[in-house]
Amino acid sequence: MKELLTILVGALFIENFVLSKFLGICPFLGVSKKRETALGMSGAVVFVMVLASAATWMVNTWLLIPLHLEYLQTIAFILLIAALVQFVETALKKLAPPLYKSLGIFLPLITTNCAVLGSSLIHVQRGYTFVQAVFYGFSAGLGFTMALILFSGIREKLETCDIPESFKGMPISLIAAALVSVAFFGFAGLVLPS
Amino acid sequence: MNVKRMKDVLTAGLLKENPIIRLLLGMCPSLAVTTMAENGLGMGLAATVVLIGSNIAISSVRNIVPDKVRIPVFITIIAGFVTVVQLLMAAYLPDLNNRLGIFIPLIVVNCIILARAEMFACKNNPLLAALDAIGMGAGFTGALFIIGSVREILGAGTWMGMTLTKDLFDPASIMILPPGGFLVMGVLIAVVNKVSILRTGKKAVPDAAGCGSSCGDGEGCAGCAIVNKEGGAV
Repeated sequence: MKELLTILVGALFIENFVLSKFLGICPFLGVSKKRETALGMSGAVVFVMVLASAATWMVNTWLLIPLHLEYLQTIAFILLIAALVQFVETALKKLAPPLYKSLGIFLPLITTNCAVLGSSLIHVQRGYTFVQAVFYGFSAGLGFTMALILFSGIREKLETCDIPESFKGMPISLIAAALVSVAFFGFAGLVLPS
Repeated sequence: MNVKRMKDVLTAGLLKENPIIRLLLGMCPSLAVTTMAENGLGMGLAATVVLIGSNIAISSVRNIVPDKVRIPVFITIIAGFVTVVQLLMAAYLPDLNNRLGIFIPLIVVNCIILARAEMFACKNNPLLAALDAIGMGAGFTGALFIIGSVREILGAGTWMGMTLTKDLFDPASIMILPPGGFLVMGVLIAVVNKVSILRTGKKAVPDAAGCGSSCGDGEGCAGCAIVNKEGGAV
């Protein structure tokens, strides 16, 4: 239990995927303009990340390691994630149309979201057990959600500010992201029992 | 096929359609690994090698791959080249490989590579695709090198192994920490915008990141590859 709590707090605050690991920057900057789209994207990311962590853990432990094919990890994982995303999209369309409506448009984008592949590579690197790996995927997704929602609030405020022409749009968003990232540095002092 | 077209393709990636500072593609590695000029250079070259390989391969098979399965096929080809680069780096450049960490395997999902496959390589012959890859790769490497240099000089006072700022100022280590990455990137884009406004009266950089921007507004598309159609198509 304590290990899981360590993973959760670590992934949320200390090594937040977006703000300190720089994974998932594209959707972070791309869909954080409005809070609803930020929420939709985050939901889809958490969902796919949990499934992807479970699937990559199983393939890695039961297939790649026994056959000594660890060097195929990158190819195997990205194909697995792409197939998974396709499968989830089809399944949601048939089984849960309302959920598909809110998450559907974000799903194809997730294949190329480096946070998903990143979380799979990290849990392998750290040698997590199955439960830890799935929970890490979930926590990292939550960390992504938190960063995205915090940032969408800031960006909605930025819309009404008087900003010099050359800083409008992306530059000021990046500078705001820098400040949010500085704020998260406050958590770096948290020492977790290992 | 004339020489002028080839030259245009080769030079487009350097400034006019620079993947980072103009199209805002591949932001994750450009923020994460640019704590040192040397890392930026290494990351840029690794991505360039993958880009050249994947562009040539994808352009060669462009007429036999059915349209419906092209994205999975492209991703598989790209992942193959990434694995080759990964193994070569682990064997010959273990130090750099350790410093770049998971961002080497993450070249697979680097938007630049899939975007060039989708926007250029699958519509042009292998020679043009190779030239495009070289130009885009050089633009990417150059931008990473500049960002890395700024961060390393301000944040650590060193540059490519030399100590530069011994008596000038104390380095501000925040520049090599994550916030510095966002900050330098933001200021760099603002400078590009300013120069562009002074020269042409228009901003150079779109208001949203290349990946995911138009999709977020509900248009729906198959990955960041297709997003930049208006902005960056050749």
